[in-house]
Amino acid sequence: MAEPMRIRATMQGDVADIKVLMNHPMETGQRKDAKTGQLVPAHYITTVTATLNGAPVLEAGMGGGVSRNPYLGFKVKGAKAGDKVAVNWVDNTGDKNAAEATVG
Amino acid sequence: MNSLRRNVLKSAAGAGTVAVAVAAGLLKPGQALAAYPRSAYEAKSLADAMKNMGVASPADSKDIVIKAPDIAENGAVVPVEVTSGIAGTTAIAILAEKNNTPLVCDFSFKGGAQGFVSTRIKMGATSLVRALVTAGDKTYVAAKEVKVTIGGCGG
Repeated sequence: MAEPMRIRATMQGDVADIKVLMNHPMETGQRKDAKTGQLVPAHYITTVTATLNGAPVLEAGMGGGVSRNPYLGFKVKGAKAGDKVAVNWVDNTGDKNAAEATVG
Repeated sequence: MNSLRRNVLKSAAGAGTVAVAVAAGLLKPGQALAAYPRSAYEAKSLADAMKNMGVASPADSKDIVIKAPDIAENGAVVPVEVTSGIAGTTAIAILAEKNNTPLVCDFSFKGGAQGFVSTRIKMGATSLVRALVTAGDKTYVAAKEVKVTIGGCGG
């Protein structure tokens, strides 16, 4: 069910500007279904990790307070064009997804 | 931290494994494991969240810049950008004070990652957005008020 994730990584001077767009409903578990009145079960990403050429650069923890289809932007100094950025996420149901992109 | 303990125990085939894990920094929460304990995410108030994060009394800092709209029409999507000008920034956490669970997300940086993060958060009501920055063993805080016209939590 995990839909693709989009990563864009561009060099700005000696800093790689990395933008990640994940596809995820990010349900907090506090929202009620408008039709049934039942609580929608919590379903959100808990951990995101990013690596540059295999070395970890960012680890993020998330709660239900992150907007749906989470966007994440970060900057890595000392990267160069051609470097590989990989991003992984895991959600509270154990679902996971990974994607890779090349710094350009 | 129980899940950490489980993992360590699971992988502890020999007695040496734990020592190796300690040496590699695996047992230092907030660094190798990045995320704050889930209890911090489940805390219902700012004070509890900060307590569960192990943050006592962060110092105010003018070197933290929070870029967020003054007025967010839609509380479900509030763009927030945090830039830390503090040298040696290792982690940034974002909290929305009046959300049911104030801790929204936290980021820890390694390698060449800079003290910058940009994301989108949900806000239940007009409140302060706080950014907690960890640099070395100190914690700093900055806040910015965001007015929310339509709440983005519950509904």
